[in-house]
Amino acid sequence: MKRLLMILVLVASPVWAVQPDEVLDDPALEARARELSKDLRCLVCRNESIDDSNADLARDLRLLVRERLVAGDSNDEAMAFIVDRYGEYVLLNPKTSGSNLVLWLAGPLMLLLAGGVGAVYLRRRSVAPVSGEDGLSDEEQARLKKIMEK
Amino acid sequence: MIAELGHFALILAAFTALVQAIVPLIGAHKRWPGWMAVAEPAAGVQFIMTFASFMALTYSFVVSDFSLRLVSLNSHSLKPMLYKISGVWGNHEGSMLLWVLILTLFGATLAWFGGNLPPSLRARALAVQAWIALAFFAFILFTSNPFLRLGVPPFDGEGLNPLLQDPGLAFHPPFLYLGYVGLSMAFSFAVAALIEGRVDAAWGRWVRPWTLAAWVFLTIGIALGSWWAYYELGWGGFWFWDPVENASFMPWLLAAALVHSAIVVEKRESLKSWTILLAILAFGFSLIGTFIVRSGVITSVHAFANDPERGVFILAILAVFMGGALTLFAARASAMEAKGIFGTVSRESALVLNNILLAVACFVVFIGTIWPLISEIFFDRKLSVGAPFFNMAFTPFMVILGFILPVGAMLPWKRANLARTTKPLLPAFVLAVALAGLAWSLQSGKSLMGPVGVFLGTWLVVGSLVDVMSRTGRGSLGSRLGRLARLPRADWGKATAHSGLGVTMVGIAGLMAWESEDIRVAYIGEPFEVGAYELVLNDVNTVEGPNYISTMGDVTLLKNGEFVAELNPEKRVYPVRSMPTTEASIDYRFLRDVYVVIGDAQDDGGFTMRTYIKPLTNWIWLGCLMMSLGGVLSLSDRRYRVAAGARKAPSAGVPAE
Repeated sequence: MKRLLMILVLVASPVWAVQPDEVLDDPALEARARELSKDLRCLVCRNESIDDSNADLARDLRLLVRERLVAGDSNDEAMAFIVDRYGEYVLLNPKTSGSNLVLWLAGPLMLLLAGGVGAVYLRRRSVAPVSGEDGLSDEEQARLKKIMEK
Repeated sequence: MIAELGHFALILAAFTALVQAIVPLIGAHKRWPGWMAVAEPAAGVQFIMTFASFMALTYSFVVSDFSLRLVSLNSHSLKPMLYKISGVWGNHEGSMLLWVLILTLFGATLAWFGGNLPPSLRARALAVQAWIALAFFAFILFTSNPFLRLGVPPFDGEGLNPLLQDPGLAFHPPFLYLGYVGLSMAFSFAVAALIEGRVDAAWGRWVRPWTLAAWVFLTIGIALGSWWAYYELGWGGFWFWDPVENASFMPWLLAAALVHSAIVVEKRESLKSWTILLAILAFGFSLIGTFIVRSGVITSVHAFANDPERGVFILAILAVFMGGALTLFAARASAMEAKGIFGTVSRESALVLNNILLAVACFVVFIGTIWPLISEIFFDRKLSVGAPFFNMAFTPFMVILGFILPVGAMLPWKRANLARTTKPLLPAFVLAVALAGLAWSLQSGKSLMGPVGVFLGTWLVVGSLVDVMSRTGRGSLGSRLGRLARLPRADWGKATAHSGLGVTMVGIAGLMAWESEDIRVAYIGEPFEVGAYELVLNDVNTVEGPNYISTMGDVTLLKNGEFVAELNPEKRVYPVRSMPTTEASIDYRFLRDVYVVIGDAQDDGGFTMRTYIKPLTNWIWLGCLMMSLGGVLSLSDRRYRVAAGARKAPSAGVPAE
């Protein structure tokens, strides 16, 4: 169902992600433009980068990225330029500032926490005496024996 | 008439579920065998009624009964039969019906083949299963009734979304649902054990086959979906970290963790409460997935009709079941103390580490998926979390997992000596490093991803082989090979699945690191070069299909002047929905795919063409296939055939065939 929405919008004239006429002559600049495109969201699509999207708006953004790079912007400057105009929503790779720190640190912190809990558990298991849980009842032992013999 | 019967059967099934949800629970509490025994016929009736209802809907689709609202919205008289049938679940209402059909099938399978379970545990598990079914019957009947009629039936239907008219996608949802819903069995067993107040080795042995089967189905379902995306969407992506993909991936990760921790419960009677928690959470993530797909709160490409009322209903189901189960867990978990003692270096510890990595990886995917929602609600920041985040935040866990896996798989239970265990693995390690070095030197100035992938793949595959060989004991090579065939199937399953993970890792790394791409305007008869290949666009024709019109290119692929393949990339337009789709033409080979897509005609007579050379791509799905096969092998192991139902030995472990 990917692209469904887009395609419905563009029924009349489907266009393609990165058109031949967009490609810059300088391969180094083009490579940078492609790299930036992968981190930019197509605003009218659902979770697609402008590099993958075939929407007109994605094409406009791709051309804008290339324009900025040709004008001599660094990657960061070009991204900042676009975020200024379209907002943070355009970034597929969320910034590592402010509340987003929670997002970025959630994984590592959780790993530390889980590792800590796991380590305590393992330590305890390696020294703890056998706890006094009841085993199987006689009836169940007999049942188990019967099953295992089959 | 048939549709009304289907509707009626569904209502009957719902009432049967109500009985099954209450009577056996009381019976198990009071130890009344008669009341407990109600669960079995009830589960059977529930399944048969739901099946009848599903068949009624299928019939309506097959005969194109456009007086049904659902059929008129999602089908068309000119559609090929396969897609008329797959159209039944190509929409919200029908797919929910399939969902409960599978749910009741699992319940019925437990009733029919679960003869060896203690009666009270079985009655309770079936009752919990009926509670889930009841919730979803209510959901269908009150918010998503597939049997609604139209006052004025249209002359013809609106057709199925053309992107879905594809064999890969026709079977993708049923497998996914078998997986999602299969986890309900683990949930029911967990809750039943909590009510019962005890978990022992036998419980681990009962719950593991269900989880394993669910995991196998999920693996196949996810792989089918990803393969479909690869060849259908036109640029050869295989995974987009879309919320709905994540929704299927999170239960997969937890099911994988559960499959491993259940072994510890079964063999060593440890990790009990954790395993119960995992079983609850794994099904919880299935429900979250259902919620994400059907409520539309999170922007996704796959969303079905976005109806807030349905969203709230599923959220309520989620809250009740998770809230109830977790409360029960909090009250009872402490009663389940572990028995086994084991050293810090042991198989048990390795499996704990496996569980930590899988669970935290799942947590990372979860937080990435819901972060846009949280951020907007609590911090007033409207933002996106896309593939770049997940690639960066998720991948390390899989790399670590792959790194420790071969060692962990060979560690003995209870107490191990790391040096002694790793010694036979040394050749595998050296080989993996050497191949990674080779990959590193062959590529110039590219990322580490390719070599790391090659290392992990070799390490996992060769490591698994070493593990299997080590199980044959000592003696001459001949006698060891002879013993190989007599190893328990579980050992083979383990080695196959672990190798499959390695193969998938190589495939993903190879594709992402070494793919090359060419975009140009191609002219008829003018050859062009992409990498080591030469392509010629010979001709472009208009071809008429059964329900579409296609612009088909005729492309010859050559290497060093020699013919390799004839490729026919297409662009199709489906008049019923006036929607274009791309049909990439792919030359599949073991080591690489050549992927050709044709685009629009240009004013000067040329055509836009995209050509990709995609190394090792097929390994991604080959690996998934190996993982599923490993799961099936493990399921057919003797201990499950014995434990899960002695009367009907061979098929008992596999709940749905």
